[in-house]
Amino acid sequence: MTNPSTKKGNDISIVLCGQAGQGIQTVEKIFTRIMKSNGYHVYATKEYMSRVRGGLNSILIRISDKPVKAFVDRIDILVGLNKGSIKHLKNRVTSETLIIGEKEVLSDEIEDKQKVFDIPFTEIASGVGNKVFSNTVAVGALISILSVKPEDAINCLKQIFKDKPKELIDKNIEALKAGYETTVKLENFYSVKIESPASGSVKKQILVNGSEAVGLGAIAGGCNFISSYPMSPSTSVLVFLAQKGKDFGVLAEQAEDEISAINMAIGAWYAGARAMVTTSGGGFALMTEGVSLAGMLESPIVIHLAQRPGPATGLPTRTEQGDLDLVLYAGHGEFPRIIFAPGTLEDAFYLTQKAFNLADKFQVPVFILTDQYFVDSYYNTEPFNLKECKVEKHFIETSEDYQRYKLTENEISPRGIPGLGKGLVCADSDEHDEEGHITEDLELRIKMVDKRLGKLDLIKQESVPPVLLGPENYENLVICWGSTFNIICEAVNYLGRKDTAVLYFNQVYPLHDGAIELIKKAKKTIVVENNAAAQFARLLKIHADVKVDHNVLKYDGLCFASDSIAEELNELL
Amino acid sequence: MKNEKYDMGDIDIAWCPGCGNFGILNALKQAMEELKIEPTNLVLVSGIGQAAKIPHYLKTNFFNGLHGRALPPATGIKASNPSLTVIAESGDGDMYGEGGNHFIHTIRRNPNITNIVHDNMVYGLTKGQASPTSRRGFVTPVQVAGVILEPFNPLAVAIALNAGFVARTFIGDKEQTIEIIKQAINYKGYALVDILQPCVTFNKLNTYQWFKDNTYYLEDSYDCHDRNAAFKRATESDKLPLGIFYINPEKTPFEENTGVYKQNDTPLYSREVDYGKLESLISKYALV
Repeated sequence: MTNPSTKKGNDISIVLCGQAGQGIQTVEKIFTRIMKSNGYHVYATKEYMSRVRGGLNSILIRISDKPVKAFVDRIDILVGLNKGSIKHLKNRVTSETLIIGEKEVLSDEIEDKQKVFDIPFTEIASGVGNKVFSNTVAVGALISILSVKPEDAINCLKQIFKDKPKELIDKNIEALKAGYETTVKLENFYSVKIESPASGSVKKQILVNGSEAVGLGAIAGGCNFISSYPMSPSTSVLVFLAQKGKDFGVLAEQAEDEISAINMAIGAWYAGARAMVTTSGGGFALMTEGVSLAGMLESPIVIHLAQRPGPATGLPTRTEQGDLDLVLYAGHGEFPRIIFAPGTLEDAFYLTQKAFNLADKFQVPVFILTDQYFVDSYYNTEPFNLKECKVEKHFIETSEDYQRYKLTENEISPRGIPGLGKGLVCADSDEHDEEGHITEDLELRIKMVDKRLGKLDLIKQESVPPVLLGPENYENLVICWGSTFNIICEAVNYLGRKDTAVLYFNQVYPLHDGAIELIKKAKKTIVVENNAAAQFARLLKIHADVKVDHNVLKYDGLCFASDSIAEELNELL
Repeated sequence: MKNEKYDMGDIDIAWCPGCGNFGILNALKQAMEELKIEPTNLVLVSGIGQAAKIPHYLKTNFFNGLHGRALPPATGIKASNPSLTVIAESGDGDMYGEGGNHFIHTIRRNPNITNIVHDNMVYGLTKGQASPTSRRGFVTPVQVAGVILEPFNPLAVAIALNAGFVARTFIGDKEQTIEIIKQAINYKGYALVDILQPCVTFNKLNTYQWFKDNTYYLEDSYDCHDRNAAFKRATESDKLPLGIFYINPEKTPFEENTGVYKQNDTPLYSREVDYGKLESLISKYALV
């Protein structure tokens, strides 16, 4: 963005920066909805400090005429609401960045060559009646720069505040107009105009973040029980199911600790409910004993784990893909499991839904492995199609001679539930006989181990194959899993190389058999992971016997950025 | 045989001859018979320990989970299907030690379950270490100079947390134990029955005779609705009172309070997802 009065662009990145509790989220919410309702593609994500007030947090918003789903380092417009905003983002602010803010607040940080729109948010808001309206003033400034007509924004604003008192709505409209007018009257004002996407399909699309996609997927999967202990960044799924789940008969309970949470959920499955827990690494560490219990009882359980950097308390509000090994090996003893790692909102929805059916069918723990970046990011996406969803209940009505752990031909003992049928359902954490009673018959022990582990082959037959994007005759393969997918995808698209494809795993364990061939076909393989120890590359070595050529790793607590990673990949290709 | 509905016939029981657990097993079976509860409708949830093996010795549905973790699954089971009778039963180490946090918070949560605790003041399965309820000075292979910790007082804790039904019995009195188990099961909410029992192998201090000499019955005139009086009795330690310490008839159980059974009393397993409603929820995310 140079300095003509009007410039056409097609992809603008805006960063809002301010203290926790100051309302940058309000700006984000209003602004993204205005832009979406005007037909633009939107994307937003946040990075924040582990504190309730103060500090500096930032939100990235992208507005485009094409779908945008990835984090970028580039900042076209920075809205700095607090002292320190520019300093906080110093590695990303360039002379091309337009800075919007109160010069008084930011004066120490602004360099001479910097483009600045000096807008007295607080003063304007006070003029409207209260400085709390400064958020809406900022929205007014932003829409003027993006060439959105105030009328179009006001209609949207009315919708957003429709449940609020009329006086408050009127004040917000006034604030938005004042922000708009002050900005367009600036001596150095210029605006950008993004072409509206032709199809106009964006308006019908939904805006949900990762945790909402997981929560909606859980309801679609028949989840009717969640017990969990709050822990960032996983709590939002518990909050979602406590609030939205009410209308779907979901019992949501905040447990006294994670140990209780998972044991309660396993108890719920035993009685026929479809239960899940949501947690992060540290909380999950406490659940591992329960995971092992599920392995022995052959109990279904769905576990959502939103990763954050560890060890121990680590960086509570930051992101990392550091708990793959933990999830892969959690729980003493040997038993199978399934691990999904959605990288798109659609995958988060459908895989969570599927997790409940698979947990029930194979009587194993199923993991949904996300991270802070994933749960806190959103973009417009097609409404989830419920026609593809079905709750498959795999329990049976028992007969008098029912045996919970009956040795069958296909390793799966039909799961009865107490009170349904004439049989007794005996679930035992000790090694047990077919009926479920303690045994020290060591020959039977072997049969029971084989039966439990034998399920892995059946599970593998239903593994989700990795998604290959790009040319079929690739020489280079960029491999990713989980939340990094959209970022890597945008980076590789940007490079536009005919010799390079992306292979994205949304099921990381057990791996689909077809994956090996796809990887071995490449001359050069690069695994990109948001961790320090290349855990997925190691998983590929152990479970698929493929050795990758390069690891691109990031473990500073932040997600990858598509523009920066594109450069990095280009050097390796 | 009187208790044939619950009888397992000729089975190998892992308890020592003379163990108080046998008495508790018989009392439980008899209480269930007298309450006419069908084995298919009962779920016995236990943890790990000698007492926790009890589900294997009667005909019933059971969930023999992890050490210390009987109460959370019991809560999950009851909350998922309130028509089941759910009993969480285990030893003092399991319920008050390893599971101490669950003990506290299950009382706060108040599911309609009965919590029967075999309290022999010693660890049996791990061979004779102190339990949370061991008396001070009790010498064990680990507590070589005698227990130096204050004994855990489950009744006082339960009453402090306003548990709805709090009782203690001694297995030497089978009739009272049966009667109190029955009342506990009939109580609508969390009910604690702490049952004193000797461990004939590892506890040479708290023997049958010791319990006889060191317990007394709450008087007929005792008012079990007076929480302060109940707390006072629960803190007595020279001689341990037996009987129902406290009943709070005004509590509503957790599963009712969750609201999921307000309009629909069917168990969770029989419910279906309302996809129409879900579709309309999803479509709301398309609006501003």
